[in-house]
Amino acid sequence: MQFAVETEHLGRVYRPKRASKDRGDAAVRVALDDVNLQLPRGELFGLLGPNGAGKTTLIKILTTLLSPSTGSARVAGYDVAREPERVRPRINMVSGGEASGYGLLTVRENLWMFGQFYGLSSADTNGRITELVDVVNMSDRLNTKSYELSTGLRQKMNIVRGYLSDPDVVFLDEPTLGLDVAASRDVRGFIRRWMDEDPGRTTVLTTHYMAEADDLCDRVAIINGGRLLACDSPSALKRRLRQDAIFEIETPPIDATMAGHVSLVAGVRKAAHRDGDGFATLELILEAEHVIGEVLACLQRQNVQLVKLTKREPTLEDVFVDLVGRRMAEVEGVAPSQ
Amino acid sequence: MLPRLSKATGWQLFVRATLARMYPRVIGANRERTWVFFEVLLPCLSLTAYVLVYRSLHAPPALVSFVVVGGAMGAFWANVMWAMANQLYWEKETGNLALYIIAPMSMMAVLLGMALGGMFNAATRALAIVVVGALLFDVRFSTAHLPMLVLTCVLTMTALYGMGMLFASLFLLFGRETWHLVNLAQEPVHLCAGMYFPVKSLGVWVAAAASVIPLTLGLDAIRQLTIADGPTLGLMAVPWELLGLGFLVAIFLSSARFMLRHMERLAIAEGRLTQSRS
Repeated sequence: MQFAVETEHLGRVYRPKRASKDRGDAAVRVALDDVNLQLPRGELFGLLGPNGAGKTTLIKILTTLLSPSTGSARVAGYDVAREPERVRPRINMVSGGEASGYGLLTVRENLWMFGQFYGLSSADTNGRITELVDVVNMSDRLNTKSYELSTGLRQKMNIVRGYLSDPDVVFLDEPTLGLDVAASRDVRGFIRRWMDEDPGRTTVLTTHYMAEADDLCDRVAIINGGRLLACDSPSALKRRLRQDAIFEIETPPIDATMAGHVSLVAGVRKAAHRDGDGFATLELILEAEHVIGEVLACLQRQNVQLVKLTKREPTLEDVFVDLVGRRMAEVEGVAPSQ
Repeated sequence: MLPRLSKATGWQLFVRATLARMYPRVIGANRERTWVFFEVLLPCLSLTAYVLVYRSLHAPPALVSFVVVGGAMGAFWANVMWAMANQLYWEKETGNLALYIIAPMSMMAVLLGMALGGMFNAATRALAIVVVGALLFDVRFSTAHLPMLVLTCVLTMTALYGMGMLFASLFLLFGRETWHLVNLAQEPVHLCAGMYFPVKSLGVWVAAAASVIPLTLGLDAIRQLTIADGPTLGLMAVPWELLGLGFLVAIFLSSARFMLRHMERLAIAEGRLTQSRS
């Protein structure tokens, strides 16, 4: 079987340009380590992980922008390092927050220009532009100069650019980064529709939005520290935690070390702390439901007041906590934004 | 369901990509009228300063014509340095370079499109400077050697933009230092190329060394072909200068092609093709 994307023991190491003897190996950064993937044609595949996990490095290798340090990768049946000229006509890429194109050109002119780079005729390009901008609800902006576009509209233009060349495999690197809810919904709808139109099309999507991966992807790989931790359908990943009990305890603001105290309680598999606006939340994965009693007793001993207790179904975030030991926002050192 | 599209390959793809990359320069760069002020009227101020100095010294009138031709050629030099040599670095920072690389076209098509578009833009500015200069200072040009003049212009532009294509690849690897490098190259080149005076006055050896920059030979030859007293102030006979320009064309274009491939390989190995996100 020929896969749309296939990697074998793929690795990438960044070495500093002028390696000092003092720094030695400590200065070498492993961005990807022994990544093995097989994506059949027609799959919408998600790479989920925090910033710096290695998602973008993997996308760069698969789009021929970066050579691997170890292992190999094939896209549309061709080796990305040895046959980039065969890979390139079959792929396209869109990155979140990119400012590609030229501000003084209109949306149509920018899109036409990129269509020409793929050898499309002007008639085909213009016909395609008209159809695609309609799908993302920006037909009325075709003659707007691109520097006048909002972030959301600009990203919609980028999305159209990525699909304009009729690629077999599209790589979307955080495509909804910084977009509002409505624009994100339009972009997700566009991606799903494009996939549904032709079973031979493949999309590889990187995101750190759990809901986006859950909503869109056929399969999801969770990646952290350059290593692939798990790879399955969102429902199968969540099923891993089905026998566990997942609780959220809301309290007044508490010290982050409280999660450490709670995790010492017998039967607590994982405990993560999240600060909110005037409150804190402890997210718990327990081996059995009755363990919650011990947890509450522990909190009482620490004089922590209970505001709300919720039991809920597992999410991809829980899967990430289960695999990594911390929430994705904690790994990134930032608050979740979507 | 949208039908699958047919895509051109080979030379057809090359031509389409070249014309597409020309487009932002030809259309986009002329969309905002501020260029008339910044790229025509401001250069005319320094041109005026040189003309006034020559007139106050009662210098031969041919030198005023030299200044106007030099001012016009300065538009091309500025374009080569700011819009060619610097360009791939800025394309990287905006994210365009990565998209160019992953597209199936040749990067030489991108550079050629940039060069042709830049040439068109600079030509409009140069023509405006010549017209303004001629009207202001009552300068007359000869068109007696038109075929030779066209050949000289073609060779000069090809060599000049070939050099710009070579620098574009080199400067890509220098990162943010390109801005300083371009700035550094401005005044010395104005001096060595004889932008506002006959390059012959620098002495044969300095002028010969300065001929590595295509502007030097091209400017001297164009002056000899368009100004009545030009040949008496010229560095060497025009055919020799054309031979030199032909040599520079071969060197710069082949070096640009080699360096572009080398740069692409190196940048892919080191991961330097995408913007410097913090």
